[in-house]
Amino acid sequence: MRFYEYESRRIVERAGIPVTKYGFCTTADEARKAAEDIGGPVVIKSQVLTGGRMKAGGVKFADTPAEAAEHAATILELEINGNMPKGVLVDPKAEVAQEYYASVVWDGTRKCPLMLFSDMGGIDIEEVAEEHPDHVGRGHLSNLVDPPDFRAKEVISHTGVTGSALTRATPILARLARLMRDYDMTLAEINPLAQLADGSFVALDAHMEMENEARPRQKALLDDLGVDPTDTRDPYEPSEFERNVKAIDSADHRGVIQGKDHGFSGNLGLVIGAGGGSLTLTDAVRSQGGKPANYTEIGGNPSVAKACGLAKEVLKKDGVEKIAVMMSIVSNTRVDIVARGVIKACLELGRDPGETIAIFRIPGAWEEEGFKILERYGVESCDRSVSMWEAAGRAVAKIQGVPA
Amino acid sequence: MSVLLSQDFTFIVQGITGREAVNLTRECLDYGSKVVGGVTPGRKGRDVHGVPVFDTVEQVVDSLGYVPDGSVVTVPPAFTKDAVLEAIVRGIKLIVIVTERIPRRDVAQMVELADRQGARIIGPNCLGLIVPEVCKMGGIGGPAKDAAKAYTPGPVGVMSRSGGMTTEISSTLTAAGLGQSTAISIGGDAIIGSTYAELMPLFEADEQTQGIVIYTEPGGRMEAQLSEWVAENSSRLPIVAFMAGRFMDDEEMQGMSFGHAGTIVEGKEDTATEKITRLEAAGIPVVERIDEIPDAVKDKLGAKV
Repeated sequence: MRFYEYESRRIVERAGIPVTKYGFCTTADEARKAAEDIGGPVVIKSQVLTGGRMKAGGVKFADTPAEAAEHAATILELEINGNMPKGVLVDPKAEVAQEYYASVVWDGTRKCPLMLFSDMGGIDIEEVAEEHPDHVGRGHLSNLVDPPDFRAKEVISHTGVTGSALTRATPILARLARLMRDYDMTLAEINPLAQLADGSFVALDAHMEMENEARPRQKALLDDLGVDPTDTRDPYEPSEFERNVKAIDSADHRGVIQGKDHGFSGNLGLVIGAGGGSLTLTDAVRSQGGKPANYTEIGGNPSVAKACGLAKEVLKKDGVEKIAVMMSIVSNTRVDIVARGVIKACLELGRDPGETIAIFRIPGAWEEEGFKILERYGVESCDRSVSMWEAAGRAVAKIQGVPA
Repeated sequence: MSVLLSQDFTFIVQGITGREAVNLTRECLDYGSKVVGGVTPGRKGRDVHGVPVFDTVEQVVDSLGYVPDGSVVTVPPAFTKDAVLEAIVRGIKLIVIVTERIPRRDVAQMVELADRQGARIIGPNCLGLIVPEVCKMGGIGGPAKDAAKAYTPGPVGVMSRSGGMTTEISSTLTAAGLGQSTAISIGGDAIIGSTYAELMPLFEADEQTQGIVIYTEPGGRMEAQLSEWVAENSSRLPIVAFMAGRFMDDEEMQGMSFGHAGTIVEGKEDTATEKITRLEAAGIPVVERIDEIPDAVKDKLGAKV
């Protein structure tokens, strides 16, 4: 999950990294007050979970509290990449002598955290790494010991930084590494990390992302930041279909179902599984000219009610003409239970299962029983001798009215 | 021959009294695997399908008089790290982690400790591994009779980021007369104990294995690592890859994760298109359909089989 800048700033502050005096505001009046408290020129920044806010006009400078209030009013109404801001951050316009970059990320190949530091801050680090590789320092960390200061010092020294800048930046990078580990971040970034005219360092902007799997054990931090447990921070608002599938899934502990329809708008509903099988089948439908209406994953032997609930949600989606029920060979999920579920869904919606289910291809546990039930309702079913590709192709042919 | 498992391979199940673990134990015993003990804290003295249950791994070792070769860990995410550390410290050398949704920090710690102690981790978020007609370690392939339908002995090593697709691919190979030396569900997370490249030396050293099939997805650098390994080690083993999740390359799917936790695309290098280019540049053909795999393998094996 991604944090807003004002939250990232608080996380950094908690970890003992200096920040400027800032205010998070949700009204123009609050912004005026924050600017008064700060005194002097300020910058007003939109709080949205998307990039490109500078270009979109989401960052403005103000010399007086009145001007700050005016800009805040404009920015609070400004939609950026389809997102309305959660508020604005009012920050002193800092007298920056030099901008640096500091971050800690996961290196999946080495399976440990990687520290990055550059003396060319404020710009895109990937660009710096490509064009000025000698200005980027890197260093891996062991997972088994506390991130040591000396590793941070080494990484900074690789960029040629020395003197008081080196000694002042070292504890900041080391603290960032500890914060990344302690709070289960997948990304902990300060850009720019500024050295002010008086030589001191402050984090001017921070970007933090936490691993979703760690949210339960990071409850204390999330509560402190006021992040609601139901706030998923998805890059888009969940659709009605997505919300309903989630509700059906959590109402019954047997099996797991997931559904997404963001980015899909076709006429063929997919009731498919499991993880890898769903990816394979979605590709197979699309590669053969089919238009999926959604994406789903069935796994872990769901109950009849759950399979039925999922199929109903798919069928209820606008534009769905038929559904394809397909999985890779199952060993845990029972074929007959899924068969009962999807037939029940058709019947409850007053649809003929034989017409509505374009194809049923789930081979594996309890398949004989499943295929028998499907036959009774005139549903075309197939076993493992029909490949996932072929099954998807038959479904596509049926919905397009072309004989398979 | 085969990799990692053999006829005499012994293993325990940590978390053995859980619902899924009880099934998995039954399946493995039916397949002929040597499940020699189980651990669930507080349940010492019970048994699961005749397998004695203990409170600690130490007690299992004391009771057996030897250290078992492996452990299947299937405990809730919050307790997995402790269970795996316990297995490593008690000298177990092959640990299969079934559990999903373990935070990366814990996985990385377990893997680093395993490396230092000379142990190997498969998973997390995997179904284990199988040597057809010899040993099944984990839920891979399901009940013994179903596993026997999909998996047969032969020359192909299978590695897959999806547990279910390990079986689908092996079944497709079996139907085409191509058996498997060892099939490994390596796990669907961003960080896993053993990647394709890290398992390749084992297959390379195995006389039975003549070729490799991998199932892969968007996300991560595991395929790039395999391409590099192949280039650097002039491997004798031809590899055929299948890439699922090509639809995730679409612009409207950016930043979304499908299927497994590890599939989220975070950089330019980990899109399906980029991975296919990279693999093909390394001489690894990437097929679009599962049913094209057997012919692609036969092409590569040529006169060998």
